[in-house]
Amino acid sequence: MDLKEALERFALRMGDNTLVLGHRVSEWCGHAPVLEEDIALANTALDLIGQTQFWLGLAAEVQEEGKTADNLAFLRDAWDFRNLLLVELPNGDFGRTLMRQFLFDAWQSIYLPRLAKSSDERVAAIAEKASKEAAYHVERSADTVVGLGDGTEESHARMQKALEYLWPYVGEIFATDEADDILAEAGVAVHPESLKDEFYDLVTRVLNEATLDIPQDLFFHKGGRNGVCHTEHLGHMLTEMQWLQRAYPGATW
Amino acid sequence: MSNEWPLWEIFIRGQHGMSHRHVGSLHAPDAEMAIKNARDVYTRRNEGVSIWVIEAKNIAASDPDAKGPLYDPSNSKVYRHPTFFNIPDEVGAM
Repeated sequence: MDLKEALERFALRMGDNTLVLGHRVSEWCGHAPVLEEDIALANTALDLIGQTQFWLGLAAEVQEEGKTADNLAFLRDAWDFRNLLLVELPNGDFGRTLMRQFLFDAWQSIYLPRLAKSSDERVAAIAEKASKEAAYHVERSADTVVGLGDGTEESHARMQKALEYLWPYVGEIFATDEADDILAEAGVAVHPESLKDEFYDLVTRVLNEATLDIPQDLFFHKGGRNGVCHTEHLGHMLTEMQWLQRAYPGATW
Repeated sequence: MSNEWPLWEIFIRGQHGMSHRHVGSLHAPDAEMAIKNARDVYTRRNEGVSIWVIEAKNIAASDPDAKGPLYDPSNSKVYRHPTFFNIPDEVGAM
């Protein structure tokens, strides 16, 4: 694998994460428990879709196959997606959605500022812009996780359940491969492994404040980041997300 | 016990405005979340550079029934408007 292939894979991973999570979060639009949260979730979804345009745009540029970010978003099938399994899981209740958001935001809020120092100017520029959004997202989702975790008996129980459901998907963030080594070597993207301590410190601090018990089981699911095996949920999500372009190829508005 | 979050009044200082203006209200469990909600509800079109929030119950308001005694007396006192002075442009907005 050369640097170009590694960069393409990296950009796809970043873009697929934000695309799939952005779509998931947008599913709350009009359904959130209160108006303020509804608008806040829609804002977060839009931020993530905005980041997707940049990351998938970069992936298309590196590919040099004449594709656009839209082509990559709407015309690939599940097995070509490189997002973490964590982001494709169904939303569940509001608590689970916010717990997943926090786990993702915590990672992004640490990762993106490092990527802003990338030796590749395009990566640095995207990360610089996205890191401001991630800094706000993590503040908001961490507050909500603490509020609900350290809330009523019911909200606490739901958040504990959400954490236990999602925790086995967190480890995949650090399931690295050759592409990560090549990019770290070239100074294009810090190695995910190097963020591990900082990530778990942040997550542990917030979850402790939320009075939640972190599961001790070290097993984790993988297969999204490397595209080997997504969950059954991604295909269903894409069916809905890509429907219009599949039914009316090339439709614009 | 009410299950509703308290009501907060939101004040935003716009990009070029000089003072915070009342823009509306929203619900939030505490002041910090009220600021976050205000950011998401009222500044998403790039309207603001500063946010103030105050819980609605902490605002004391004048009595609407006392309109007459409160405001009528100032009706015909045109000399209280400083419109008889020319203000040089260099002074800027006052």
